[in-house]
Amino acid sequence: MKKTIEGSEAMAETVQNCNPDVVACFPITPSTHIAEDLDHIYSNGGIRDFIPVESELSAISALIGASATGGRSFSTTSSQGLALMHEALFNAAGMRLSPVMVVANRALSAPLNIWNDHQDSVSERDSGWLQLFCETNQEACDAIPQAFKIAESIAIPVMVCVDGFYLTHAVEQVDVPDKELIAKYLPKFSPKVKLDSQNPITMGAYAFPSDYQDFRKDLFDDLNNSKADIMRAHDEWAKLTGRKYGNGLFEGYRLEDAEFVFLGMGSVMGNAKEAVDRMRAKGEKVGALKLRSFRPFPGEELAKAIAGKKVAVFEKAISLGGDAPIYTELTTAALEFHPNVVISSFIGGLGGKDVTVEVVVQVLQKIKGQEPLKEWV
Amino acid sequence: MVEELFVSGHRACAGCGIATSFREVMKAVGKDVIVVNATGCSEIVSSPYPQSAWKVPYIHSLFENVPAVASGVSHALRSMGNDHTQVVCIAGDGATYDIGFGALSGMLERNDDVIYVCYDNEAYMNTGIQRSSATPWKAATTTSQVGSAVKGKPQGKKPILEIAAAHKIPYAASTSVGYPFDVAKKLKKAMGIKGARFILLFASCPTGWGLDTAKSIQATKLIVETGIWKMAEYENGKMTGVFKPGKRKPVEEYIKLQSRFKHLTPEDIAAIQKEVDASWTGLE
Amino acid sequence: MKLPISKPGTSVENKTGDWRTFKPDIEVAKCIKCGTCQRFCPEGCMGDEGKVPIVNFDYCKGCGICANECPVKCIKMIPEK
Repeated sequence: MKKTIEGSEAMAETVQNCNPDVVACFPITPSTHIAEDLDHIYSNGGIRDFIPVESELSAISALIGASATGGRSFSTTSSQGLALMHEALFNAAGMRLSPVMVVANRALSAPLNIWNDHQDSVSERDSGWLQLFCETNQEACDAIPQAFKIAESIAIPVMVCVDGFYLTHAVEQVDVPDKELIAKYLPKFSPKVKLDSQNPITMGAYAFPSDYQDFRKDLFDDLNNSKADIMRAHDEWAKLTGRKYGNGLFEGYRLEDAEFVFLGMGSVMGNAKEAVDRMRAKGEKVGALKLRSFRPFPGEELAKAIAGKKVAVFEKAISLGGDAPIYTELTTAALEFHPNVVISSFIGGLGGKDVTVEVVVQVLQKIKGQEPLKEWV
Repeated sequence: MVEELFVSGHRACAGCGIATSFREVMKAVGKDVIVVNATGCSEIVSSPYPQSAWKVPYIHSLFENVPAVASGVSHALRSMGNDHTQVVCIAGDGATYDIGFGALSGMLERNDDVIYVCYDNEAYMNTGIQRSSATPWKAATTTSQVGSAVKGKPQGKKPILEIAAAHKIPYAASTSVGYPFDVAKKLKKAMGIKGARFILLFASCPTGWGLDTAKSIQATKLIVETGIWKMAEYENGKMTGVFKPGKRKPVEEYIKLQSRFKHLTPEDIAAIQKEVDASWTGLE
Repeated sequence: MKLPISKPGTSVENKTGDWRTFKPDIEVAKCIKCGTCQRFCPEGCMGDEGKVPIVNFDYCKGCGICANECPVKCIKMIPEK
């Protein structure tokens, strides 16, 4: 049932309806309301467990323990908190565990800044977690049950990435998935192995050079192959709810005959669609492409979708000392699969810098030449 | 015969006190446990893939996060309706006194249902004998070396048992591997209590201490007999018992066994003796 | 999916006996079966407590704790051949 609700609260209710065994949160600055909404739910008997840990590192560590014990586990964090988790993110993925986190994307210090960009999640791109970026709170609530389903079926942890403030603090209409719906969709978590005194195993062994690379390659392959799992989880959800987001990996908007494309992630795609509509009304052949799955990166599929077009990759993240991350990966994929594209890099929206419809229009106007651009907006 | 749950074939150095400790701890806690291990000697010697010295469920995650991993295991068990399996942390002094100190305090403060066993061999042994905040005054390590300007560790040992007890957890106790019946008794007692329990287990490291391997256990008895190490118990933050070794032996008997103390002057030893004597005021 | 999991108690495949340079030699007649050596052995390779120790030389690293702790001094460390 649709209701008018704050994004954080809608996500917390969705997590509740996924029936988690363990929730562990720490409210590092900047925090969203998701953690306190979950504690409110816990305090009223709506979820069975909530660990008020003393740091974000302990939050993810508690999830490692809970997931290894066979518990459905959830946490939520932002920016500095995610950075503090760094070591344990790699560990959770390497141990093939299945926690889910909502990351309310925000800038990294310094300077200290609590507003939205994607530097936090994007900086964890090599940690072995799947990362699904959401445009709206509805999309976020739809992604959470999918995240549990994917994480628990392929033993790879999942981050649901939502724009801090733009989504988390926005009050809007959301159809929060209810318990019955999610129960139909999300099976009980039954991992292949778990910590169980009836059936002892050793988890978290150290591996010699003869084994280590094999484990990393196996995770590498499984992550790349998870595109099919993401699409399947997305399609099954779409069948139940009627809500779908492209093919689950990315979503094109007026893309087919577009000559100029704005590619981005998250809430900025709302303005991007509006910009496309305005420009289309004037007869311009423009479109938008929303990347939902940043990890795994659907390079081949994206390259096919943009073949023959001029593309502005708009990123709220940077790689200091290198090119912007999605631009780099998309360029590589295009070279490999469909080199007849012109790809430009635009960096903007860092630390909450406004990305208006007009900014998107300007970006789309700029890429009409033959030369690829690299600009900050 | 009690079944061995920490078995042979582990790669601990000859004479390793922590290996004996784990045999004792595991025999006391039994099979209905999940062991959560911090990075360190205990993990490296016991779990090189694909072998494991542990016959019980075991997880190792990182160096600094073992209390939080244990909280997660414990909460997951209870949340899923298992109210019997004990969660037992095994972590060294580096993990406990230093890098995992914040996580330990958090777990104790929340009073999570976990038995935390710190094996204290007084330095980072696995990485090459670097000083920790458990390393005693003047001891030589590779990061508290004996040189012309500085001679061993300038600082004393962090009072971790008192710090743990100050969280007013239901049970905190110290023991020594040289007293296996005391180790077993305290673990059994801890097993009967709910909430956060902290056991500080003194364990020898012949490699790190410059100690004859044969005297590994002897040293862990002598540290108690000299009164340097107290085998104490705290319940809800208050001391409820301490083992009295009778007429205490001179501290020199313990110190002279180990090359990490070989540079100590008679004045240094006298200062240690004085401090130990003072620490027993009101307890004997 | 390759899970980094080990089976319990499999370290017994790893024979550590070749680390040894000295080995315990037990004078069985003097043994009082007190269990001290068995309890303190880091390898758990002295047999069952309450019985005369039977050393499993597959694992004994020759540390000498048993000889040092034996209350009746019935264990001597002798050079490994």
